[in-house]
Amino acid sequence: MKMAQGVILFPSIHFALRAEKLVKAKGISYKLIPVPRHLSSDCGVCLRIPWEKKGEVLGILAQTRVKVDGAHPL
Amino acid sequence: MKDNIIYFDNAATSYPKPEEVIQAMVHFSRMIGGSPGRSGHRLAIEAGRIVFEARERISQLFGGKDSSRVVFGLNATEGINQGLKGLLRPGDHVISSSMEHNSVMRPLRAMMKEGLEVTILPCSPEGFLDPQGVKKALRKNTKMVVLNHASNVVGTLQPLAEVGEVCRQQGVLFFVDAAQSAGAIPIDLEREKIDLLAFTGHKALFGPQGTGGLVLGERVEEKELTPVKQGGTGSRSELEEQPDFLPDLCESGTPNAVGIAGLLAGLDFVLREGVEKIRVHEMRLTQELLQGLQAIPGVVLYGPRDARKQLSTVSFNIQGIEPSEVGLKLDEEFGILCRVGLHCSPASHRTIGTFPQGTVRFGLSYFNREEEVEEALQAAGRIARREA
Repeated sequence: MKMAQGVILFPSIHFALRAEKLVKAKGISYKLIPVPRHLSSDCGVCLRIPWEKKGEVLGILAQTRVKVDGAHPL
Repeated sequence: MKDNIIYFDNAATSYPKPEEVIQAMVHFSRMIGGSPGRSGHRLAIEAGRIVFEARERISQLFGGKDSSRVVFGLNATEGINQGLKGLLRPGDHVISSSMEHNSVMRPLRAMMKEGLEVTILPCSPEGFLDPQGVKKALRKNTKMVVLNHASNVVGTLQPLAEVGEVCRQQGVLFFVDAAQSAGAIPIDLEREKIDLLAFTGHKALFGPQGTGGLVLGERVEEKELTPVKQGGTGSRSELEEQPDFLPDLCESGTPNAVGIAGLLAGLDFVLREGVEKIRVHEMRLTQELLQGLQAIPGVVLYGPRDARKQLSTVSFNIQGIEPSEVGLKLDEEFGILCRVGLHCSPASHRTIGTFPQGTVRFGLSYFNREEEVEEALQAAGRIARREA
């Protein structure tokens, strides 16, 4: 069965790329994807992660200066 | 690099660039090409990564804590304009020096007409600013001290840490113009207590022209900062107002991503070689050049005349010959390329006593060699003896 996925939204690509680096360093699988239209009308990218890792990822980001706009299951 | 020339105009723009800088721009143009921060496809993300990594390297080079506070622009001038016009308001007081480039002086003069109070502190004939003078010039409404780290005319290095200390004690912002010095001598935002630092990419960071910007320290509040321009940022596209967070707040319009790809390679080059090692090499060449020029009868040398107290920028004149004529002879008869005249800094030339005729300026880089300095000394000697 395919694992449930979710996305973390950021105000700008700078923070998405910062988050990518941090998540990559922790060995968590991820992908930067365009922000799904139903979540935001923004034209940027967001970070898709296995939803079970949501807590861990938000925890990592909370320790940094990465600004997070929200986290949503897909 | 082109054959048969000695390039001594590195204070204007560095040449040659490391090969990897050129390769990085070719690679970007051929294989990446996307618009950073716009679109979510792989090439746009790849372009975004390059801009992001360049921001990280700039932050690393200056000991910054948060790369979102690195704002890219065309050059140091744009960074300076953003820093000054983004923070200073009519009625504020700003302190600067008589060794500033027009990139600082002209915005200040324009802002004076709109009610900014400006004090320009005189410097010694060698170009040094006395930190105590800064202390004495402080007023109740002093908001900022803006200072050229290294003179683009005579290389004079200002006592940043001392001035920074005065500013920090008084709660005044310290803005450093590092156009000449970034990459050529170690700079640390914390150690020197710098709140804003303007840099250019195309000098000692070995990037291409059209890259540069501003680094903001922790004491500059995002909400206090007004962007000098507004526009598309790729973020918050649903809003018609400018985003209120850095770096997007101050970066509107598609950036020079191909240039920033080159700058990233230049930064990697500088970080790999090490700024200390670059400084030692340039200091050795500068000392040799200074000593050699001083030994030529008829040559008048300006500035600190001591490689430890200046960057690798050396200004001189040959008595009885106009700087422009010396420059022409150097180019046509010896293949030595330099810059003559006032170097966009009339205030500096008034300070060192060479206004309005100006000087001949040799600006060395990490890529110059001892043999080139020796050749240039021979050329200057021949011109001084009227043999050329």
